[in-house]
Amino acid sequence: MPPLARRNLFHDKVRLTVTLTGIVFSVVLIVVQLGLFLGFTTATSNLIDHSNADLWVTSKNVPYVEQGVPFSERKLNQVRAVPGVGDAQKLISRWTQWKRHDGGQDSVQIVGINVDDPMERPWNVVEGNVAALKFPDAVILDELYKQKLGVTSVGEVFEIGGHRARVVGFTRGIRSFTTSPYVFTTFKNAQDFANIPEDQTMFILVKLAPGANLEQVRHELLEHVKDVEVRTTSEFSRMTTFYWMFTTGAGVAVLIAAVLGLVVGFVVVAQTIYATTVDHIREFGTLKAMGAPNSYVYKVIMNQAAISAVIGHTLGMIVSVFVVHGSQKGGAAILMPPSMAAGMFFLTLLMCVGAALVSINKVTRIDPAMVFKG
Amino acid sequence: MGKMQSAIAVRQLTKKYEEGATGTLALRGVDLDVHPGELLLLMGPSGSGKTTLLSIMGCILTATSGSVRVAGREVVGLSEKQLPALRLENIGFVFQGFNLFPTLSAGENVELMLDLKGISKARAKKRAQELLDQVGLGEKYDSFPADLSGGQKQRVAIARALAGDPGIILADEPTAALDSHTGRTVMEMMSELAHKRGRAVVIVTHDSRVLSYGDRIITIEDGAISDKNEADVIPPSLLSHQLVHAVPGLA
Repeated sequence: MPPLARRNLFHDKVRLTVTLTGIVFSVVLIVVQLGLFLGFTTATSNLIDHSNADLWVTSKNVPYVEQGVPFSERKLNQVRAVPGVGDAQKLISRWTQWKRHDGGQDSVQIVGINVDDPMERPWNVVEGNVAALKFPDAVILDELYKQKLGVTSVGEVFEIGGHRARVVGFTRGIRSFTTSPYVFTTFKNAQDFANIPEDQTMFILVKLAPGANLEQVRHELLEHVKDVEVRTTSEFSRMTTFYWMFTTGAGVAVLIAAVLGLVVGFVVVAQTIYATTVDHIREFGTLKAMGAPNSYVYKVIMNQAAISAVIGHTLGMIVSVFVVHGSQKGGAAILMPPSMAAGMFFLTLLMCVGAALVSINKVTRIDPAMVFKG
Repeated sequence: MGKMQSAIAVRQLTKKYEEGATGTLALRGVDLDVHPGELLLLMGPSGSGKTTLLSIMGCILTATSGSVRVAGREVVGLSEKQLPALRLENIGFVFQGFNLFPTLSAGENVELMLDLKGISKARAKKRAQELLDQVGLGEKYDSFPADLSGGQKQRVAIARALAGDPGIILADEPTAALDSHTGRTVMEMMSELAHKRGRAVVIVTHDSRVLSYGDRIITIEDGAISDKNEADVIPPSLLSHQLVHAVPGLA
């Protein structure tokens, strides 16, 4: 087949630019909206997903990680005594107040950990190190929130919950879904910062012994430790995400924006592909008059759509990578995992081919007599 | 004078466009035969039904009633899926506006027709070159329509129409957009197609300059044939042409 589809596309540079701009706009719009949704979703359960634990022991009726209720530390020993438990550690996650140098206060989410345990440690530490948390009053926070919390460098001293706190390091990319940044510290400091009694914890993280059965250990924990709930990490992660994304309505707004992005993207692509086809309607009429079966004409139109999709997707991805990269320094991260980039290709192809189908409908209705008009 | 097999035979053809409350009757009981080796001019005022008749003979429009036989096959009643194959096999079109694909070179425009017929790319390229040579545009293979004159475009269109090796050529005002000299060249080419290559050529025209090329001139008014300069019989010039082709060695 002579390269009619390719030539039709590349012949009119202005039209090509308009078409590709439409597709690129759609691709970037969808990537941004879906990436924001993914970013928000991921942020809600960041702490749980990075815990490296298998099970979370919580008080009864704790719907999400920020809503933990303190319970007796003595349960830690009961948990450790359950067969199949390889490791168990206490964890505090609670909101408290950070006092800036200018006297202003901001809400932060204190995360109290056992520094020597591999479970629930700050990740992506870019300045300082986790071991430095062993120093008195030491805290690590994310560099994203430096400005918000009035921090400029390691070594600065602030006040958390009325207690002295010294910044010993920074992480990168640990976002909180809420406006309260995570502040990592030792379990003991966290009790002071968050005003939790000395003999209380909020969570117990459990790592299974090698070969232990998850469900069996969970069952044993529920049997031997009273007044607690035991969640798998993925289950607790889902619960937390669901709470923030859907119960609060925040996620619904983002999801609706993502769906709107898809719809607007499709409409823009449909409009541009349709316009490109209509621009060549007389040629398609001539093709049909020459005896080309509809399938031949459809092939040309589909080829045009597919070429547009490939180029549009490639350019769109290039722009998206810059947008995604730029968002990493902002409060709302846009995530684009490789699966999403690949999925976007098929979505772009689908949008372009779908739009071409709309224009094919126009081509099938060409007035045959049009080819005889000068 | 004996009757011969018509390339196109139209009988009691009517076409009604279903527009408005009553519709418009574009053709009313048209009878017409077009023979191989004949150049027939179809004339008439605007809106008389010429283009509709040409479209129906070209299997682009379907008739409301009557009979249309193209290359011996009844086309009235054929489905929309069967018509393209019939066009591809038997009919070449030449349009007033040339209708070349602006994004394809002259050679590729001709190749496109050959591709439709399922001819391989290498053979199509060779054949397209031969056809362009025949219309005197061999050196313009890689030129795009925008770089060709009106006459050259129409010659490319003729080469394209011939690419499918059709027995019938239907042309709609092929000289309307051309100056008189170029128009004559195109008409000589059409005449040659009819008289030397035995194609049945039907030309819709308003151009009085081309009258001398027609073996017959049919005038249509208000959807009916109002005047024929010959009855539906083979003109003497055609008879000799047919005789030459029928008797080997006579040529």
